[in-house]
Order: sequence, then structure tokens, then C-alpha cells
Amino acid sequence: MDTQGLERIDDTAWRIPRDGAMHVPAILFADAALLAEMDEKVREQIRNVATLPGIVKAAWAMPDAHWGYGFPIGGVAAFDPAQGGVVSAGGVGFDISCGVRTLLTGLRREQVQAEAERLADALFGSIPAGVGSTGRIHLNDAAMDAMLEGGASWAVGRGYGWPEDLERIEENGRMEGARPDCVSAHAKKRQRDEIGTLGSGNHYLEVQHVAAIHDPRIAGAFGLREGDVVVSIHCGSRGLGHQIGTEFLREMALAAQEYGIHLPDRELACAPIDSPVGQRYLGAMRAGINCALANRQVITHLTREVFARIFPEAEPKLLYDVSHNTCKEETHDVDGQPRRLFVHRKGATRAFGPGHPSLPAVFRDTGQPVIIGGSMGTASYILAGTAESEARAFSSACHGAGRAMSRHQSRKRWQGRALVDELAGRGILIRSPSLRGVAEEAPGAYKDVSAVVQVADRAGLAKLVARLEPMITIKG
Amino acid sequence: MPWEHFQHMADIGIRGIGETPEEAFAEAALALTAVITDPAKVAPREAVPIEGKAPDREFLFLDWINALIYEMATRHMLFGRFEVTLDGNRLEARAWGEPVDRARHQPAVEIKGATLTELKVYRREDGQWVAQCVVDV
Repeated sequence: MDTQGLERIDDTAWRIPRDGAMHVPAILFADAALLAEMDEKVREQIRNVATLPGIVKAAWAMPDAHWGYGFPIGGVAAFDPAQGGVVSAGGVGFDISCGVRTLLTGLRREQVQAEAERLADALFGSIPAGVGSTGRIHLNDAAMDAMLEGGASWAVGRGYGWPEDLERIEENGRMEGARPDCVSAHAKKRQRDEIGTLGSGNHYLEVQHVAAIHDPRIAGAFGLREGDVVVSIHCGSRGLGHQIGTEFLREMALAAQEYGIHLPDRELACAPIDSPVGQRYLGAMRAGINCALANRQVITHLTREVFARIFPEAEPKLLYDVSHNTCKEETHDVDGQPRRLFVHRKGATRAFGPGHPSLPAVFRDTGQPVIIGGSMGTASYILAGTAESEARAFSSACHGAGRAMSRHQSRKRWQGRALVDELAGRGILIRSPSLRGVAEEAPGAYKDVSAVVQVADRAGLAKLVARLEPMITIKG
Repeated sequence: MPWEHFQHMADIGIRGIGETPEEAFAEAALALTAVITDPAKVAPREAVPIEGKAPDREFLFLDWINALIYEMATRHMLFGRFEVTLDGNRLEARAWGEPVDRARHQPAVEIKGATLTELKVYRREDGQWVAQCVVDV
């Protein structure tokens, strides 16, 4: 991105001053190198977000921001219902509550290395992944509604996981205000046998080792030691979330005009928070969040079953579960006053700092774990929410690497089989039903996640705690 | 080529080109399948009827692509042949395909939904019809 028209705030933040139809300024978090790589479209899109009614303080782009549809991926914006604020299906995205959770296996790298092939095959055999895969659970209408209301808590009630998992999930594993009646029959049908499936694209389950500790105090509190093995699961609300996103995007794009909202881009599809469509979307989207939480919970259970077979002594505990495509009602400080706002994070992770009242006791002194997934074959990171993140961007941080290259370019450049062999040579086992999918997800097709988390750390959005390196990746 | 993909960083654009809007819609559906697998590998063994109605032709195209995504997801099928009839802003169509065979089709990615980004249905200067949008994968 060209720096023309940008005001440098410091070496990790840039401001697009308010002008034209913008209600607030837009702020981009990036150092000079990331900014230079950032798509021009991010500027256009984040400016557009700043024109939406009821936006508070600023429209923010995280260090991994890239061209999305409507909102950029890596966009954060909060709206006040008392100021005519909106809720936007385009501001959440199709994969509602897509997110990452990390399990602490309690095993050491050497132990897992000795059984790596067996573990990789067993995980690949047990975790449904890829196009057309179905889960073990078939939901009838009543069970579907119970899942949509209960989230991970529903899953634990059915024996998928442990009660102590719940406090280590945002919203304690269950999003309040979910309304299964606002979720269409089509969306429910798309989900009937998809609970407990990874999906495809950039979704994965990865066995990783802790390669470096950046903050020993917080790492200790999180239970992370160098050489430990963890499992990270990246997936979302599957077909149900996609269908909710699809339907409300269309409905809101058509309805915006009725509400007198001028959309510079139809994809910003939104409606007033207090409007009937806005309320129905919130009810459906929250049900979508529960679906994602239930999904990751069931996959956690399947993962534990596999570990129990190969490492009977292991009891993989949940570190935390974060979502990075959401709109949540939260209290934030605006000019010294607490206000209830609807915070959209699209490709952005919540990053509540130490002392935040919604965090469980275990994270009160450290801030919440912020889990940043890499791409296949590259590092992932654990960060922690900071106190200053509240003032920076209403407690928000980045979410991942972001693509640097399209799928098509990727496929032309890499062969799936060769990539699998090359990664195996580096001690990373890949298991996937599709070699073409592997080629499209080549590590080189993504931006350097390390640069993104460094900037997030320096900008005070979240604090760097540990680096994870992959051992086994199950790709959808 | 009557269909093609166009670049979008995180996702993929699908574009159908034809003598008529109907042909452009059908070609774009092939482009959709090609995001997942080679359409030539999909046998037209079973037909699925699809109907739609929308406020304008662009939303009708959006609905058409989303209907195909829904049918692929819920039937666990892929489609390789399409027949489309348009009457104003109404659509009647049939999509022929077969169940996903993961070994043979090597499906690369699931499609989440059609987006409004680059959504256009128009007639080019050379008289050819174009129907296109970006799909989220």
C-alpha cells in the first residue's frame, strides 16, 4: 500500500484521517514492511467501514489485513445501537466463529516423535476432513436446536469432552442470545451430519511442539514449556454458518436501502442493530457461534480418543478456544465512559487483557490466550491479551497469516505430492484427502505469520508468549 | 474459453461467458465446479432440479450459484453439466452430477458461499453475455 494519505502514528500504526462520508478515522496496524505488502483494497475497504452508521472511535485493520468482501479480513469495527449502529453479515463473514483452540497434551516432543507416523494415521482416520466428509453425529431437529443453543456446553453434556473445558472457551462455551428459530431450515439441513468435521481450505488439526518461549511468566501460567507437545484445531461453524452468512448477506444487501443506509459496496450488507432483520441476524449468528464451539468441542473429544489409544498416560487439557469471525456485544471504554457496543471482528481475535471480568480466574493475571494459527508447515503463535489493547483497538488482535498468493497461482507453482515429501523431509507429516488441496495451501502461498505477530506484539495489541512449530498436520 | 476463473487474493472469481444469459449462467456453474475439481471428471449420472426468483438478474445469478453450493453440500454431490432457462428474473434449471468420489475427484476445497464481490451479469461489447462473482472458499 502506498503511504500517501496516511498519517504515521508510530512505527506500527497509521491513520487514514476522517474525510468525506467517514464518521471516524481508520487505523491500520502495520510496520513499514507489512504496510508495503498490504493490498490497496484494504485501504478502500476500511474507509468504507468507517462510513457505516453508528461506528464508534475508529475502523481498524489488523497487521494481517487483506482484501475481503465488504470488510477487509482483519477488520475490526464497533457500533453503538443508541447511535443508530448497525450489525453486518459482511462484517462477520461466511464462516461464523471460525477459530482456533489449543490442547496441552502434557507429552514431550521426543515421546510424540517416536510415534509420529502412527499418530498421524490415527488422527487422519478419526477426524473427518475434506470435501464431502460427514461426522459421527447425526442431528435431528430437536438435537440441532439444542446444539445451537448450547454450543460446547451441549457437546460436553453429550459426553464430548469434560466440564472443565468450558471455562477455557470464550463465553464459557455457550453464546447467550442464540436463536435457533432464526436459523433457516436450509442452514440446519446443511449441518445435519457436519458436526465434528474439520472442513477444508485453510482449516486443519495440527500436532505442534513448543519451539520457543518469549514470555516465561505467562507461558508458565498457560502451562507451556519448551519441548511440550500441543494440538491446535482450526475450523468453524461448517455448513450452518456458511448458509446463515449467505442468506443474511443477501437479505441485508437488499434491506439496507429500506433503512436509508447508503452502502459504498453492497458487500457491507448491514442493518440497524435494533431492526427486525438485525435482531434475527444476531440470533442466528449467535447460534452459528454455538455451532462452531460445539464443532471444535466434538473434534477435541475425537482427538482425545486417539491420544488415549497411543499415549494412555496423556490427558490433553484445553488451553483456550478463540473465535476470529464474530460480532459480540461488549462493554468498552469510550472517552472514559463504558459503553455497550457490538464489536465486529472479521479475521481478528478478541484479546482481553489482565483483569477483564469475563475471563476465568486462571487468566485474570495474564490476559486471555490469543491463538494465532499459521499455515500448513509454518509456525503458529500463542499471545496474551494486554491492558493497552483496549485503548488500541477495543481489545482485538490479528488472527493468522493471510494469503499472499491465489489458489490458482499456488497450484501452478507447487505439486501436492512434492510438497508432502518436502515437508516430511523437514519432519512435518501431512495427511490430507486431496493433494490438489495441499498444493493450494502451500506454506509459500501465505504471508509470513511471524512478521504479523511481531507487529501485533510491538503495537500492544497482544503480547507474544510462545512459538509453536508443526509436527503433524491433518488438512481438510 | 466459455468459463474462466479470475483472481481474488483469498478467494476465487468464477465467470461464465455465452451467447445468451442462460449460457453464461451454465458456464459459470462449470467454473464453480472447477474450483473444486476438474469438471470433465464429473459424470452426469443424476439430475437435480433448481428453481429461483430474485429482484434482479444479478441477485438471480447469486441465488443460482448459492443453490448449487447448497445442493453440493447437502447431497454430497458434484455437478458437471447444467441446463438453465431464464424467464425475466425467474430461473429454472437442472444440474447433472454424481456423488463425490474423493479418490477420483480429489476435491480441493469446499465452497462456503457466493459473494456480492464482482457480482455482475452483463452483455459485453462483442455481444457475449457474462455472469460472474467471487466465491468464498
